[in-house]
Amino acid sequence: MITFYFIAFLSIFFSILVISAKNPVHSILYLILTFFTFTIHYILLNAQFLAIVNFIVYMGAILVLFLYTLMLINLNKDSEPVKPFMVKLAGVVGGGILAVAIASSLKLLGTSNPVLLQNPDLGLVKNLGKVLFDEFLLPFEVSSVLLLSAMVGAVLLATKEKEPKAA
Amino acid sequence: MESLTNTMHAVPLNHYILLSTIIFAIGVMGVLIRRNAIVIFMSVELMLNSVNLLLTAFSVYRGDATGQVFVFFIMALAAAEVAVGLAIIVMIYRNTNSIDINVLNRLKW
Repeated sequence: MITFYFIAFLSIFFSILVISAKNPVHSILYLILTFFTFTIHYILLNAQFLAIVNFIVYMGAILVLFLYTLMLINLNKDSEPVKPFMVKLAGVVGGGILAVAIASSLKLLGTSNPVLLQNPDLGLVKNLGKVLFDEFLLPFEVSSVLLLSAMVGAVLLATKEKEPKAA
Repeated sequence: MESLTNTMHAVPLNHYILLSTIIFAIGVMGVLIRRNAIVIFMSVELMLNSVNLLLTAFSVYRGDATGQVFVFFIMALAAAEVAVGLAIIVMIYRNTNSIDINVLNRLKW
């Protein structure tokens, strides 16, 4: 129980650091820490497959992609121009209002039951694989098409256009 | 692993919803207050992850594996989105020599 609150505090703390860090590289490093706390959350929920996938895909692949992009566009020469204070204040107030609205609507919901793990092997690979390849076979195949098209699109966008040859 | 999950037995569902709400709101704030396109992208990732955590919590709460399969699909979607989005950012940088989103104000109507 106390583990959850400690990890939850760490997630919130690091995610605040992500959006407040001046240097984008520091932002990415804090984002890695945030995703690590999310992995711990998944382990606490006994969603072992998601924990591993989160660890590999998010912390391994996506954030390395971010770091590479940051390295490609050399940002460290000039720091990011800051928005005026009023705009920042408006942004924080807007986000805070969103959080308060959802939290207060949660209050109307009344009591909440504790999250109990009824089936201990719910999040294991065997169980998830059965559901994935049984009920969700078509979405699974469609997502492979999505990944292929994303790959083609990324390559197409990021390659430099060649100069048209003079006739 | 069993002892680890047994420690969780007292956390109410509301606290998971609150945690996800707070992190989602932090992501929204990040989109609103930053001007660096990459940091805005990272805030979007933060929002996606908070929703993933909530889906997993509900899936465990209901004892239904569908929620976790959904999280798997969202992760595949996020990977595709990041690849295309970062390619677009690289192209913007090549054309304008900055990734400040105020350069792109011609995208406003």
